[in-house]
Amino acid sequence: MLRSFTEKLGQTTIRGIEELGYAFALFFESMYWMLLGYRRQQTVKLPPVFAQMMHIGIQALPIVTILSFTIGMMLAIQGIATLRTFGAESQVVLGIALSVTREFSPLIIGILVAGRSGSALAARIGTMQIAQEIDALRVIGISPVRYLVAPAMLAMLIMLPTLTFFADLVGLLGGGVYSAFDLGMSLQAYADRTIEVLKVSDITQGLWKSLVFAVIITLVSFVNGFSVTAGAEGVGKATTRSVVLSITYIVIADMVFTYFLTH
Amino acid sequence: MNSHETIIEPVIEVENLVTHYGNTRILNNVNMQVNSGEIMVIMGGSGSGKSTLLRYLLGLHVPTSGSIRLLGHDITELNAKEMHELRKSMGVSFQGGALFNSMTVGENVCLPLREHTRLDENTMQIMSRMKLSVVNLGGFENLMPSQLSGGMIKRAALARAVIMDPKLLFFDEPSAGLDPVAAAELDDLILRIRKALNTTIVVVTHDLDSTFRIADRITVLDRGNILMIGTVDEVRHSDNERIQSLLNREARHVEIDADEYLRELTGQKSKPL
Repeated sequence: MLRSFTEKLGQTTIRGIEELGYAFALFFESMYWMLLGYRRQQTVKLPPVFAQMMHIGIQALPIVTILSFTIGMMLAIQGIATLRTFGAESQVVLGIALSVTREFSPLIIGILVAGRSGSALAARIGTMQIAQEIDALRVIGISPVRYLVAPAMLAMLIMLPTLTFFADLVGLLGGGVYSAFDLGMSLQAYADRTIEVLKVSDITQGLWKSLVFAVIITLVSFVNGFSVTAGAEGVGKATTRSVVLSITYIVIADMVFTYFLTH
Repeated sequence: MNSHETIIEPVIEVENLVTHYGNTRILNNVNMQVNSGEIMVIMGGSGSGKSTLLRYLLGLHVPTSGSIRLLGHDITELNAKEMHELRKSMGVSFQGGALFNSMTVGENVCLPLREHTRLDENTMQIMSRMKLSVVNLGGFENLMPSQLSGGMIKRAALARAVIMDPKLLFFDEPSAGLDPVAAAELDDLILRIRKALNTTIVVVTHDLDSTFRIADRITVLDRGNILMIGTVDEVRHSDNERIQSLLNREARHVEIDADEYLRELTGQKSKPL
């Protein structure tokens, strides 16, 4: 019993380390193709980048709008209720402004994109893997990293900060609408106060986080997609695994990031 | 069968190839040569290592030891750039076709040109239409792979494999999943392409009919070892028991070791090989 447990633990650890190493290799190789591909006359083509950007970003706008508006309102409701016990409910603007920009927008966007686009990537790569399409790319002489990973990575690196910034605006609006309704302040006053309390660094902190999340989602999806071996069931498992792992790593990275940025 | 050839020189030379999957040895000291313009069929049952051998010939994995020379280059020692260059002279048709599902048939066929050449769009279109008509798929270039039948997918994959007029052409199980007529059509295509381009062709298959129809020489693999390499007649008349049972579709006799069987049943780990 104990032996099988330690054996399993050992195997899981080895797999984890292998995957981490693989993820690093993928990261550096895709950076190489993005920056130096032209030297070998094998550039990262732009059409697939735009196609990915459409899927990751533009098509996610409706759901991003709904989610961030709701979160902004939720923060306002919670904030006003809590601060009312101190009679300090007017301070809610500060609370909303900081938590939306530093914390909630990047986190919600990270989780949403991991669920929407990370899963789609893992499933697509897994299917390509079992249909030998990845092998076909390699024998044609096309690096799968250059052709598949780099465009997705680039699209994620562009779209996650963009979506996060958009979510900042919508989230702040959501908080404002509820505050105006509950506290009877005008939206103009809310906006002025928000601009007064928000520093540029609060927004950039969220944007930096979203860049890290972009890398996490891309790498986790591809590591899992490329490792699919066993048919359709394998694709399903890899998809689930990549979503769960992406979200876990995002939350952990967020915590670590927050610790260092607030110290 | 080799009579029409003038130059006989090996374009594929495999020497002492040993490969592992995890700790299991898959290929055991494989030696073989394929001559220019020849159709070599690699034959063997399931688990014989024939698909593995193909994957190593394609440079998809790095062997444990041994060398693989394609067109005079040892691919185990080439760097990425040289390998990329060599891939221009290789075409591969995978078992399931491996067409990219997100592209039309025409885009699939054009892809190698797009990556390796700087031809203008019109020329590439014309070339892909030409190759598609060679495989009797003229006019299908705007369809998606999902709209094609199994035989058509394999023929489209063949068109993609020969778009660069490769010197070496590899087939993985060309007849798998096809009805006998479609399989025979594909065999004819393979012969026609060899005739037209004088391509050296390596086919991995377990289909005997197809083997005897297209092969110049046959390599018979069994459990990672080469049983024999010879012409169709030599293989047909071989008195090797394993080869005869493969040709006559006899079931394999599994020798049961009583102790080993007992260990298997009781779930104890057997001795590592």
